[in-house]
Amino acid sequence: MNNLVEINQLCFKHGNRPIFNGVDISISQGKVTAIMGPSGTGKTTLLRLIGGQLKPDKGRVYVDKQNIHQLSRTGLYNLRKRMGMLFQSGGLFTHLNVFENVAFSLREHTPLSDSMIRDLVLLKLQMVGLRGARDLMPSELSGGMARRVALARAIALDPALIMYDEPFSGQDPISMGVLVKLIRTLNDALGLTTIIVSHDVQETLSIADYVYVIFNGIIIGQGTPASIQEDGSDELKQFLKGLPDGPVRFHYPAKSLTNDLLEEFTV
Amino acid sequence: MIITINRLGQWGLNILREYGKAGILLFQTLFHIPSFRKGIPLLAQQIYAEGVLSLLIIVVSSLFIGMVVALQGYHTLAKFGASQELGPLVALSVVRELGPVVTALLFAGRAGSALAAEIGLMKATEQLSSMEMMAVDPIRRVVAPRLWGGFISMPLLTIIFNLVAIYGAYLVGVKWLGLDAGAFWSNMQSSVDFRMDIVNGIYKSIVFGLVVTWISLYQGYYAEPTSAGIASATTRSVVYSSLAVLGLDFVLTAMMIGGW
Repeated sequence: MNNLVEINQLCFKHGNRPIFNGVDISISQGKVTAIMGPSGTGKTTLLRLIGGQLKPDKGRVYVDKQNIHQLSRTGLYNLRKRMGMLFQSGGLFTHLNVFENVAFSLREHTPLSDSMIRDLVLLKLQMVGLRGARDLMPSELSGGMARRVALARAIALDPALIMYDEPFSGQDPISMGVLVKLIRTLNDALGLTTIIVSHDVQETLSIADYVYVIFNGIIIGQGTPASIQEDGSDELKQFLKGLPDGPVRFHYPAKSLTNDLLEEFTV
Repeated sequence: MIITINRLGQWGLNILREYGKAGILLFQTLFHIPSFRKGIPLLAQQIYAEGVLSLLIIVVSSLFIGMVVALQGYHTLAKFGASQELGPLVALSVVRELGPVVTALLFAGRAGSALAAEIGLMKATEQLSSMEMMAVDPIRRVVAPRLWGGFISMPLLTIIFNLVAIYGAYLVGVKWLGLDAGAFWSNMQSSVDFRMDIVNGIYKSIVFGLVVTWISLYQGYYAEPTSAGIASATTRSVVYSSLAVLGLDFVLTAMMIGGW
């Protein structure tokens, strides 16, 4: 299998807090790969490491067989032209309308004429069902619409790799259903390679070809959606079944409640 | 004792790190290959946002400042029978000091705070990150046009400030208090040296423009991406800019005063 992204022995710390401790991940070309895990496990950080926005403390990240952290600025930017990323908040430019947001990277990176850019933008907006919203400003869009515009913008340059950061969080059931269908359809229709970072278990498993689950800086489970649900560690079961207590503790570490209550009150 | 020294050292290192980051930001902003096709429209937008939209506060403030200086100056000069020297008093005060300094302070409050808040908000809403991921350098696309916009706008605003303030002084001195218009203008003309007074004032405004915009952009670009962080960055941009303007004004005046 040809891998578009290869992560080898990745170690990364936020200050003194370890986020990844020897993580190995392979993202197969043309597939939808989900990276899941509880909040705070560094899923977004992983996308930023793949995109070259952060540098690892140890280990290597290869995108299209290039070590992204050893590229020159020009090399990095050339590689990023072949990546799309959908940020959790959408990241739409608030001073530009929907049309100009989608046209942004085309205007920046291509010498296409205005009429050609117009056609391309309308086609991308058609894919996400928002051709009619081209003149709206980001402030006039619902959360789901904003994500779809951001998605149209992310695929404007026809990237080889697209990364989604929590695409389903805060979405109503209809928007979520639309996004789930769009992600799978775009991947298959455009021949993309997709990485989804999410903790929405059911939606993500329904479209993923392969799943990695991260917990405490290491991979605690990987496999196809079917295989990962059948067996695995206690951490994996707790996460996939959404159990409130287990290896991932409900309570933040603290001394016992009795000791806390009996302790003399001091300010 | 050791802990105090440790903290002092840490504080010093943090300050130096901040200066280093600000210096790198300025270097990256100033020294990149410009793209005129894309850069000129962005620059024009920023000159409008920072310069044209600051015109109202500059014009109104300068008119009243000119009027107040004339009113105060007239009564003081009249005690010595030198009220005819009102023109030179106002012109020299305005073009040497009040024009560049007050314009810079107003610019820091009006445009500098807006720059810091805008860029801080762009960072908090991941607009800068998404720009980076689209292979567009935010320093070239967002920061550089704003820096050059401030650099160009400030001297122009200072010239407008000077002209309106002198006109305000003319209204009070000549139209209201009855000074002779010929004496007002001719004394002013003979006392104000173009090179030493007006050009030096413009030099000051260029320096202030660069510094105020740089500080504001730095505060916005490195703001903590939260509402409290943006509020704090906006406040810091105005406070640091104002202090830098007043401090630099003394330094620049000391350097220029040899010719006065």
